[in-house]
Amino acid sequence: MAHTAKRLSLEEGLFAGFLTALAFICLVIAGKAVDGVMAFHAGLGLLFSAIGVFLIFNSYFKRPADAVESGYNLGPIKFGAVAAVFWGIAGFLVGDIIAWQLTFPILNFDLEWTSFGRLRPLHTSAVIFAFGGNVLLATSFYVVQRTSHARLPGRVAPWFVILGYNAFIVIAGTGYLFGATQSKEYAEPEWYADLWLTIVWVAYLLVFLATLWRRKEPHIYVANWFYLAFIVTIAMLHIGNNLSIPVSIFGIKSYQVFSGVQDAMVQWWYGHNAVGFFLTAGFLAIMYYFIPKRAERPVYSYRLSIVHFWALIFIYIWAGPHHLHYTALPDWAQTLGMTFSVILWMPSWGGMINGLMTLSGAWDKLRTDPVLRMMVVSVAFYGMSTFEGPLMSVKSVNSLSHYTDWTIGHVHSGALGWVGYISFGAIYCLIPWLWNRKSLYSTKLVEWHFWISTLGIVLYITSMWVSGIMQGLMWRAYDKLGFLEYSFIETVEAMHPFYMIRAIGGLLFVTGAVIMAYNIWMTIRAGEKAEQDAADPALVPAE
Amino acid sequence: MSTYETLANFAQTWGLLYFVLIFAGVLVYTFWPTNKKRFDDAARMPLRED
Repeated sequence: MAHTAKRLSLEEGLFAGFLTALAFICLVIAGKAVDGVMAFHAGLGLLFSAIGVFLIFNSYFKRPADAVESGYNLGPIKFGAVAAVFWGIAGFLVGDIIAWQLTFPILNFDLEWTSFGRLRPLHTSAVIFAFGGNVLLATSFYVVQRTSHARLPGRVAPWFVILGYNAFIVIAGTGYLFGATQSKEYAEPEWYADLWLTIVWVAYLLVFLATLWRRKEPHIYVANWFYLAFIVTIAMLHIGNNLSIPVSIFGIKSYQVFSGVQDAMVQWWYGHNAVGFFLTAGFLAIMYYFIPKRAERPVYSYRLSIVHFWALIFIYIWAGPHHLHYTALPDWAQTLGMTFSVILWMPSWGGMINGLMTLSGAWDKLRTDPVLRMMVVSVAFYGMSTFEGPLMSVKSVNSLSHYTDWTIGHVHSGALGWVGYISFGAIYCLIPWLWNRKSLYSTKLVEWHFWISTLGIVLYITSMWVSGIMQGLMWRAYDKLGFLEYSFIETVEAMHPFYMIRAIGGLLFVTGAVIMAYNIWMTIRAGEKAEQDAADPALVPAE
Repeated sequence: MSTYETLANFAQTWGLLYFVLIFAGVLVYTFWPTNKKRFDDAARMPLRED
């Protein structure tokens, strides 16, 4: 028998070297930090890098010398799926807390760390980037392997992506609580967190591209196109919107290179495309894989999916200026943003029709399969919010809706209905596949989750429609002498009952997610094993 | 001509042409007869077990 010497691979060596260097840099920054938050975050960076180095060597010492990586790499996907559930509940809960704070301001507790101003970015980042991001990472790693019939490259790289991304989440989230922010909506983390995310994101792109490169299928499936558009565009947006210069590398504070209306335009070019490419393109990829898979039907029209893809990515990128109607932004740019938003109706509805019609011949499954129903309702919400969005981008409608709760309701019909439900559906599909279970622990509990949270969403969006339109009308009401009819505080008082309904709706949504977490926990712990799956390397007997 | 007018003229002519051509290209690719079999095949990719 030939003797194989155990060797650290080049990849392991490079990652270990990089993380060791990073640990030292963090140590120096922590020691010389000019503010407490930087000292804390550099300390966290040191800890995370050290854990990374430990994990690399631990796996090296544990594995046999002739270990061969085979089958699909499911470990990072399992981590991402569980992390998504955890962050989801945390993010929904913080969202509901701030909904109660708006109803009863005393719940701010007069503490800076628990004030609405700090918890609100914690909520938005937790649901978009922590929950949504982990769903996208996990599903993209799953879908790209399955539809390419190729394993993710590298031992360390996929883990680096998923753990590195979650390290970013921890740094961003704790930063908000301590007051570190660059005051850009959905891009609040300061310069050092942005740099770290850039490194992780480039690694993500390379892992994804390398898997496509190794594919055994000649055709790249449409879901992978959407994932790729999401990854590439987010990289571009993230770098463009975070061009800033730190005051000192030992402190958290930085200044943007843009100022005034240019800064606002870059911010909303970023902000709207975070919706278009993070919350839409990525989740459309989920739709194009998980709905056909679950319904056991082919994609309704693959040709439509191609037109859908190219039209969507070419048009979305121009819609950002509709966030800046009636501001210092030149009129022509506002009109441009509005026009492209209205054109977006077409690809959005094309995609919705394609998703829904994939069920043709399988509509009866909606009665018996609540997971499929969740995903189909999600696509219906997608259609609804992509109808409402262009409507609100029209300048005359926007003059009523902007700065009111209508916007909040619109965002949540997309976020809770579309992104939330397609994610829950994907997680419910993934968990039994990843842990090799015959089925979920309980379909009944999925039914409960579905109905409780659907009720929650309906309460949320209807209360915000009423509250928002009322608020907008009250702001623009004049009496016969030309004075404003209502003071600001009168509009706040009028909104109180609707804030209450919204907070109750949010509570129902959180409850649904907790039911999901229990169901998933029980599926992993006590679910019945499916027949042996060769794709799961853990089942290969050791020799 | 002001910078705005130059840019606006460029966008309204070449920009429009660029978008129309890209869209036409996508449609041609999508409906090219020999691609039909490949796309029908691709529509079933999630269902193929390995």
